[in-house]
Amino acid sequence: MAKALAMPFSVSPDGDRTRQAVLVLILLGTLLVVACAISLGVGPTGVGLRDLWVYATGNGDSLSTQDRVILEAVRLPRTALGLLVGAGLAVSGAMMQGLFRNPLADPGIVGVTSGAGLAAVAAIVLGNTLLAPISMLLGNQFLPLMAFFGGLFNTWMLYLIATRDGRTSTTALILSGIAIGALSAAIMGLMIVMADDRQLRDITFWSLGSLGGATFGRVFSILPFIAAVLVIIPFVARGLDALVLGDAAAFHMGIPVQRLKRIVIVAVAAACGSTVAVAGSIGFVGIVVPHLLRLTMGPSHRFLLPGSAIGGAALLLIADSVARTVAAPAELPIGVITALFGAPVFLLLLLGRNGINMRDMP
Amino acid sequence: MISAEHITVARSGRKLLDNVGIDLDPGRFTVVIGPNGAGKSTLMRVLSGEMRPDTGVVSYYGTRLDLCQPGDLAKRRAVLPQATQLAFPFTALEIARMGAVAQGALNPTEQARQALSRVGLRGFENRPYPSLSGGEQQRVQFARALAQVPQPVADGVPRALFLDEPTASLDLGHQISVLETARDFAAAGGIVLAILHDLNLAAEFADHLVVLNHGRVVAEGPCPETVSDGLIASVYGIVGAVGRLPAADIPYVLPQSRHR
Repeated sequence: MAKALAMPFSVSPDGDRTRQAVLVLILLGTLLVVACAISLGVGPTGVGLRDLWVYATGNGDSLSTQDRVILEAVRLPRTALGLLVGAGLAVSGAMMQGLFRNPLADPGIVGVTSGAGLAAVAAIVLGNTLLAPISMLLGNQFLPLMAFFGGLFNTWMLYLIATRDGRTSTTALILSGIAIGALSAAIMGLMIVMADDRQLRDITFWSLGSLGGATFGRVFSILPFIAAVLVIIPFVARGLDALVLGDAAAFHMGIPVQRLKRIVIVAVAAACGSTVAVAGSIGFVGIVVPHLLRLTMGPSHRFLLPGSAIGGAALLLIADSVARTVAAPAELPIGVITALFGAPVFLLLLLGRNGINMRDMP
Repeated sequence: MISAEHITVARSGRKLLDNVGIDLDPGRFTVVIGPNGAGKSTLMRVLSGEMRPDTGVVSYYGTRLDLCQPGDLAKRRAVLPQATQLAFPFTALEIARMGAVAQGALNPTEQARQALSRVGLRGFENRPYPSLSGGEQQRVQFARALAQVPQPVADGVPRALFLDEPTASLDLGHQISVLETARDFAAAGGIVLAILHDLNLAAEFADHLVVLNHGRVVAEGPCPETVSDGLIASVYGIVGAVGRLPAADIPYVLPQSRHR
């Protein structure tokens, strides 16, 4: 059964999974539309799916002003933010797994999120003093940019520490990720001690890991990061496929390996850092979505990366809808929902890795 | 022609290659032999562009290798590596397809299918690579290399196949069929360089034999003139094994005898 986990559910006899993958992409697209509708049409207030339909078909005037405000100023930015955050988390996970040639690599588990979080806290605490000039200069982009550089720094460290001759062992990856994450968390603790009351509130609010408080300002602050990562997908997909065979084989097949790795590291940090900046740390999306997709459409990054973007967005919107409604009027942190669903998948994945990658486990 | 001159590679104070020169001519099957640690794989890495030598120059038809883009090189030469493991369950077809994509094929899937059937893996297209045996995996990799350079000569320029121990983990029948495919590639005007450990296979297939020892070329030339008792004794420390039958009670299998 362990082996079966690593294998695809079924492959058509001619070995070509292109049609299968396209079908999965279409289904994911449909799922995403449904998820958007749920996210826009469900909530603790009385505004429901029927009101959304009325609004979407151009008869918005028949709704009360209050209902319109809820749809336009509360739910719409939240749904837009969920789309971007979910896509960013899942794509950064899939890219990182390709880069490290390891399906267990996840920005949350290996400390990239912590690096982005540390930088975000530093931005909050030092934004009025030490970093004030930069903060003034960047305005809305300050927090996501800081988080991006924090994530970039930790990804780079992790790559330098855990990779020998282009190969990353699961052990080295997870252990050095834990160490880097712990170090980041420790420095974050120091920052929090230094923070004043107002900053503490900002930090607490931010660190809950939630799409609550979504505004169009936040949406537009991370849009350039996520858009950039999505745009490079077609340019890195073939390279990441070739990289699965190893650095040397990828080079033999014409991939400029070092350049590819630099681009992917920057993309992972951009997607992960910017989402952490606006939504806190939301775990396991980056590992669950690519894993489920590999089982259904195969591991080729041509389909896996766009599939992860769509699937991650859909999963996060659904998780957020659950977080908002299950304990209404209170709201669960969305990280709780994704962890409840994702941690068991991660464990299954860890247990199932016999013979393919556990070989380098001591 | 691919040629290398005065190649020296030193790692941690040890010279892996010491002033090695080699010419790979179109239409010729070149085989490199030598004991473990002689520098065979290092030489192939240098020739394929994967490793930069400390001194010396490799050129592909007059163009210095270090000035070639990886994408252009990929269209000119394919490399069969030693055993490759995958972390993700690609199918045999998807692996072979990667080679066809690297070559810029218009219909990579069809090209991958043809390459798989050339290595006798028709019907294995949908098998996940990790579930294949070592020998089958090796042949899928060979199919990937063939899909990358499907024509021995394209646009008037010979293409090259570099094979690092292509027969390792293959049974005798497949050893011979892989080398026959490579020989056909050379016979049709392509360039073939293979590292082999089996001296009988080397003797049968090599048009040009290069013997490496301690990072130096100690002998090269056509097999009949090159393989001598003295050479084998000095390189491998085995005396009296060339062209002699074993003792009567030891059976022996010489694949090259099938041509008599």
